[in-house]
Amino acid sequence: MIKVTIDDVEIEVAPGTTILNAARQAGGELVPPAMCYYSKLPGTGGKCRTCLVEVAAGSTADPRPMPKLVASCSTPAMDGMIVKNKTSERVQTNRGGVVEFLLVNHPLDCPICDQAGECHLQDLGYEHGSAKTRYREERRTFSPIDIGKKIKLHMNRCILCYRCVAVANQLTDKRVHGVLHRGEHAEISTYIENAIDNDFSGNMIDVCPVGALTDQTFRFKSRVWFLKPYEAECACDKCSGKAVVWMFGNEIFRVTARKDKYGEVETIEDKTAWICNDCRYDKKDPSKWNLIGPRKIDRHSVISQGKYATKNDNNPKLIR
Amino acid sequence: MARKLLIEHAAVPGITTYEVYRKHGGYASVEKALKTMSPEEVVEEVKKSGLRGRGGAGFPTGMKWSFLAKPEGVERHLVCNADESEPGTFKDRYLMEKLPHLLIEGMITSSYALGARRSYIYIRGEFMYILRILEKAIAEAYANGMLGKNILGSGYDLDLVVTPGGGAYICGEETALIESLEGKRGNPRMKPPFPAVKGLWGNPTVVNNVESIAAVVPIVNEGGEAYAAIGIERSTGTKLISASGNLVRPGVYEIELGLSVEEFIYGDDYCRGIANGKKLKACVPGGSSVPILPHYLVTKTAAGTDRLMTYESLADGGFASGSMLGSGGFIVFDEDQCIVRNTWNFARFYAHESCGQCSPCREGTGWMEKVLYRLEHGNGTLEDISLLEEINKKIEGNTICPLGDAAAWPVAAAIRHFRDEFEWHVKSPQEAQTRNYGLIQVPLEA
Repeated sequence: MIKVTIDDVEIEVAPGTTILNAARQAGGELVPPAMCYYSKLPGTGGKCRTCLVEVAAGSTADPRPMPKLVASCSTPAMDGMIVKNKTSERVQTNRGGVVEFLLVNHPLDCPICDQAGECHLQDLGYEHGSAKTRYREERRTFSPIDIGKKIKLHMNRCILCYRCVAVANQLTDKRVHGVLHRGEHAEISTYIENAIDNDFSGNMIDVCPVGALTDQTFRFKSRVWFLKPYEAECACDKCSGKAVVWMFGNEIFRVTARKDKYGEVETIEDKTAWICNDCRYDKKDPSKWNLIGPRKIDRHSVISQGKYATKNDNNPKLIR
Repeated sequence: MARKLLIEHAAVPGITTYEVYRKHGGYASVEKALKTMSPEEVVEEVKKSGLRGRGGAGFPTGMKWSFLAKPEGVERHLVCNADESEPGTFKDRYLMEKLPHLLIEGMITSSYALGARRSYIYIRGEFMYILRILEKAIAEAYANGMLGKNILGSGYDLDLVVTPGGGAYICGEETALIESLEGKRGNPRMKPPFPAVKGLWGNPTVVNNVESIAAVVPIVNEGGEAYAAIGIERSTGTKLISASGNLVRPGVYEIELGLSVEEFIYGDDYCRGIANGKKLKACVPGGSSVPILPHYLVTKTAAGTDRLMTYESLADGGFASGSMLGSGGFIVFDEDQCIVRNTWNFARFYAHESCGQCSPCREGTGWMEKVLYRLEHGNGTLEDISLLEEINKKIEGNTICPLGDAAAWPVAAAIRHFRDEFEWHVKSPQEAQTRNYGLIQVPLEA
C-alpha cells in the first residue's frame, strides 16, 4: 500500500491507483470532477482536463513538485505524493479556464435539454463558470442526427469526452461509432451516420456527461426532477436487469442504469450493470418491473434538492 | 566555411542511387557498427556525441536511447519521424529528397544500436514523391544486402518499412505518430506510459527525427568525441537550418552550432541579409511554434551578448526575451510584415491542426484564431488583447501533448513584444487594413 496526501487528507491506496481514484476512495469535496474519465470503461480519461490537480511533491523518493498540472484520472499516485486540489488556487483558476473552454461551443440550451438537472457540465459551470461569456464569435453548429432508432445525437452539446466511443468499441461488436474530423470541427458520428444496431448501444446515453446523446423514447417528455426514481429489476436474459425506473404517477417515463455519485454505472455482483436496449426502451410497463424501493440520488444535481441553495449562500461570488 | 557532416554530397549527381552514394563513403557507418562495434558501443558513442534531438524538443538522443526498455523476448522498434509539418521547417524534406540513403544508413545503424528488427519511417502524407524516392532507395539497399536477413554477414536482420501518414501535423507528436502507424486515428496518447516502455504495438519504441537519425552516421564514422568537438557546450555538432522569409538567399543550410545569428543572417556563406535592402523586424528562430523575437533581440540577447545558434543562447532570457532553437525553422520578417497577420496565420494553422481530443487545445486554439482574425480585420477591441493573453495561459501546460503549448507560445510572444502593433490595429483599423505598421514606432538600434 502507498500513502498519498490529497488536500491534507492522507489516503492509503494500492500501488498503481490513479490520483482520482485515490481521491474517490476518500470521497467528499476533495474529489476532482471528471467529465471524460469513466472507471468502467478502460482507456477513457485525460481528455477533458477538468480533473487537473497540482502535485506539490512527486513522491518520497523524488519530492520535487511537478511543473505542470496533471490529469488526476491518468496519473498514478506515488508513495508520499502530495496533491492539491481544492486547496490550490492554480488548480481552481485553470479548472475555471477548462470549464470556460468547454462552454465556448456549448449551446447552453439547458431549458430544453433533457440532461438538465443531471448534467455534469451544469454542475461544473455552476461551480466555476461566470455569469457572462467572453466568447463573441459564432458557435459551431450541427444538425441533430439519429444514430440508431432510439438515440438522438445533438452534436452541438457534445464536449468530445470520447466516452460513447469507448462504449461503442467495448460493449458493442461493430466499430462504426467514432470521431470524424479534428480540432474544433471534430464530431461524433457513426461512420458515416450508419445507424448503430446493437443491444447495448443505449449505454452511450448513460455515459454521456452532457445532453449530446439522448433517449428518443424520453425526449421532451418531462424534466428529470419531476420524476421519481425507483430501483427496479426485471428478468432479462441479455443484461443484469437491474435498473432505475423514473416514474411519474404510475407511468414509467424512462429507464436508466443504476449510477453512483460520480455518474458511473454501478458495479453489481462484480459486473458493471450495463442494461440492454430492450430494458431501456421497450419495458415502459410497470408490471414488467419489480420495484424495490426509492432510489437515492446523491450526486449533486438539482435532483438532490437544497444543494444549490446552500452553495449559493456560502459562496457570494456566485450571486451576480 | 563550416564543415558539413550531413549534406556534403547533396549536390553530387546521382547521389540518390546506391552506387554513387557508396562511392562517396556511404554505408561506412553500417560496416563499422555491424562489424566492429556492439550495440551498446554505438549507444555509448551517441551519448558521447551529445547529439540532441533535432525535431524540436532538443532532448539528448543518447539518453532517449538508453531509456528504451529491453525486456526479454519482446520486439523493439525504431520509428523515424519524417512527418515534418511545422511551418517554416523543411530540412527533413531536403535531406530525404537529396540523400535518401543517408537516412536509410542512419536507420540501419540506429536500429542495430537499439536492437530493433523492424523499423519504420513514418513520412508525411504530402511527401508522396519522397516516399517513392525512399522506397526505391530501400529496394536498392535490400538488393545490396544492407537490409534484410544477415546484413553484411553479421547475423543482424532488419526490415525497414516506409509508411505515409494522412497529412496531419499532430502525427508529428510521437504518440500520435504511433497511433497513426498502428492504423488508428492520430490522437496523442496519455503519458505515462512513455513510448520507450510501451509504444508501437505495445512494444518499447524509440521515435527520432530524420535529422537525428542521419546524424548518427557521422557520429559512428568519426566517433562521438569528434562530433562533440563541433559546437559549443551542450549544443554539439551540426544542425540543418531551414531559412525562409525575407532573406536574400533563403534555403537549407548546415551550420555548426555556435555560429552567431548575425553571421547566419548577414554572412556571405549563409543568408546574405534581408531581401530588397529592407530592415529586419522580427525573427522566429525555430519553427512556427517558438516565440517570436523582435529585431533588437535577434542578434543580441537581453544581456547584450551576441546571440548564437545554439539551444542555450537562443533560449537565453527565457520566454521574456528569448526563444528556442526548436526544429530550426528560421523565419525572418522584414519591416513590411504585419505581426498581427502573421500571428493570426500561425494561430489558424494550430486551430486547423489541433486533434480535438482535449478541451483546452480544441476550443482554445479555435477561439484564439477567431479573436486574432477579428483584430487583424479591424474589428478588435483592446480587451481582446488581454483576452488572448488569458486564453493563452489557460491552454499552456494544460494539454495532453505539446501542441497546446506550441499554439500558445507564438501568440503570447507576439503580444509580449509587439503589443503596440496590436493596439494600433485596434485603434486605427482603417489604417491597419491599408498599410503596415512597419518599424515606424519601434526605435531602431544604431
